[in-house]
Amino acid sequence: MSNATRTIPAQPAASARRRIRTGHERTNWPATAVLIVCTLAVLVPLYVTVSMALKTTGQAVDGNAFSLPSPLTLDSFIQAWTLTNFPRGFMISVFISVTAVVGEIVVSALAAYAIVRNWDRRLFRWSFFYLLAAMFIPFPVVALPQIQLTGMAGLDNPLGVAILHIVFALAFNTMLFTAFLRSIPLELEESMRMDGAGTWQVFWRLIFPLLGPMSATVGIFAFIASWNDFMMPSLIISDPELQTIPVLQKMFQTQFSNSYNVAFASYLMAMAPAIVVYLFTQRWVMSGLTQGAVK
Amino acid sequence: MSSMTRPSTRPVVTAEPAAKPARVRKSRVDPLYYLFLLPSLAIFTLAVTLPAVLGFVYSFTNSVGFGDFDFIGFRNFIAVFRDEGILGAYGFTLAFSLVTVVVVNVLAFLLALGLTSRVRFRTALRTVFVIPMVISGIVIAFVFQYLFSNSLPLAGQSLGIEPLTTSILANPDLAWLAIVFVTAWQSVPSAMLIYIAGLLTVPTEVYEASSIDGATPWHNLRHITLPLVAGYAVINTVLGFKNYLNAYDIIVGLTDGGPGVATRSVAMAIFRGFEGGDYAYQMANA
Repeated sequence: MSNATRTIPAQPAASARRRIRTGHERTNWPATAVLIVCTLAVLVPLYVTVSMALKTTGQAVDGNAFSLPSPLTLDSFIQAWTLTNFPRGFMISVFISVTAVVGEIVVSALAAYAIVRNWDRRLFRWSFFYLLAAMFIPFPVVALPQIQLTGMAGLDNPLGVAILHIVFALAFNTMLFTAFLRSIPLELEESMRMDGAGTWQVFWRLIFPLLGPMSATVGIFAFIASWNDFMMPSLIISDPELQTIPVLQKMFQTQFSNSYNVAFASYLMAMAPAIVVYLFTQRWVMSGLTQGAVK
Repeated sequence: MSSMTRPSTRPVVTAEPAAKPARVRKSRVDPLYYLFLLPSLAIFTLAVTLPAVLGFVYSFTNSVGFGDFDFIGFRNFIAVFRDEGILGAYGFTLAFSLVTVVVVNVLAFLLALGLTSRVRFRTALRTVFVIPMVISGIVIAFVFQYLFSNSLPLAGQSLGIEPLTTSILANPDLAWLAIVFVTAWQSVPSAMLIYIAGLLTVPTEVYEASSIDGATPWHNLRHITLPLVAGYAVINTVLGFKNYLNAYDIIVGLTDGGPGVATRSVAMAIFRGFEGGDYAYQMANA
């Protein structure tokens, strides 16, 4: 503010007027209106998905995606549920996601803790850069040998996919955790050690709880990424009976044929869990992405 | 795990503040730390390094994925550079990535500007704009596939726009536009959040000072906002390229590489080739 007063030599009246215009209460209505119109780009496809899913097969084939469903019916959900064997796909997707979430948090937090506390040792420092290298290796490059290796190791199943999710997120997660750990003062830890606690207890009783917010972020991104992933399960899982929800959509695409209502009911059931999780956890989604970018 | 009786593997720290940091750091490392690091290094080496090395070795062989094979030197690489299908895939992927990066960055920046200005319902609007980020690429691609192949032609017919009367996904010249559209639809939110973070780091005093100097909003944007968020644009561009060069889900869902091979990406070419059995060849490609 002292800056501001220094820089008004010429037109005090005009600047006063501008000051008011940029005041806190003023809402920019034109921008609000434009943004609300822009939300249509997001909402229309979602509306189409929901309304198509609620139509009867007869109404769904007329090609008009935007009409309201009449009569409303939930039959398509029942059909999609049984056709794609939704419960089984759902359980497999949940298994992969939960394993990936827990694994990503625990494995990267442990590694980050070891690395930060021993940063002055070459082995730990080099390990960090070694892990970071993965950020620059895209999955398709190593995919083919990986398919072979997982096959040979008997991991061409959901567990293998979960492990691969953990590995490919390892670099980014470890980086987030190390950055966060560096901000935790060493004194807390030392006083606990003075009371006779070992590394194991210090980690689980002190460090891990302190990492809570970061773990939440890592966990949510792990969930969204592994729930929605298509490429990895479609390539790694050899048994079609064990496929995840997104891959099932592709597998049944031909069987949906002209029953668009059944197809859309199935799509809706596939995207709903991630949207629900997002709506309940947005705070961490936002903060996580910004922290990741700043690092 | 919960046994408090487990002896500390570190010497008990005595009350000598000055000597403490040096002793804690330089004394022998608690072996538990190695154990902490082990899972990461082990799964990383087995799941990334080993396949990468194997892939590199295979790329010099004529292996078909199993059985015997011979080393054939650089022949795979030469073949890749002579393969028009592969070169086409590279060309498509590169062009598609460039266009998408530009589109995504422009849209994301404009939305971020809007959402950081004095608009109402800011939180609600942001919530809506981020939704595409959490939807599975293949699923939303199927939704748009329906819209592009059914609803858009209907609209094109009623409006009398010639190129839109048939499905643009079946048109080799226009199908890539659909892919850019859906990819952008899904990638704008994360880029937008990064831009929002960038815009929030610009102190409001800067704007106050400049508007007092008589700067128009356009000047503010041009001379303050853009230079200050340039770094975030670089982040978005790098992240974007990294993702789009591996484009797979959305293309599979929309066109499956078609019509013909007009929209086949490198990732798809690799996987298709693998199904076809020329394993070593595709490794050279990768």
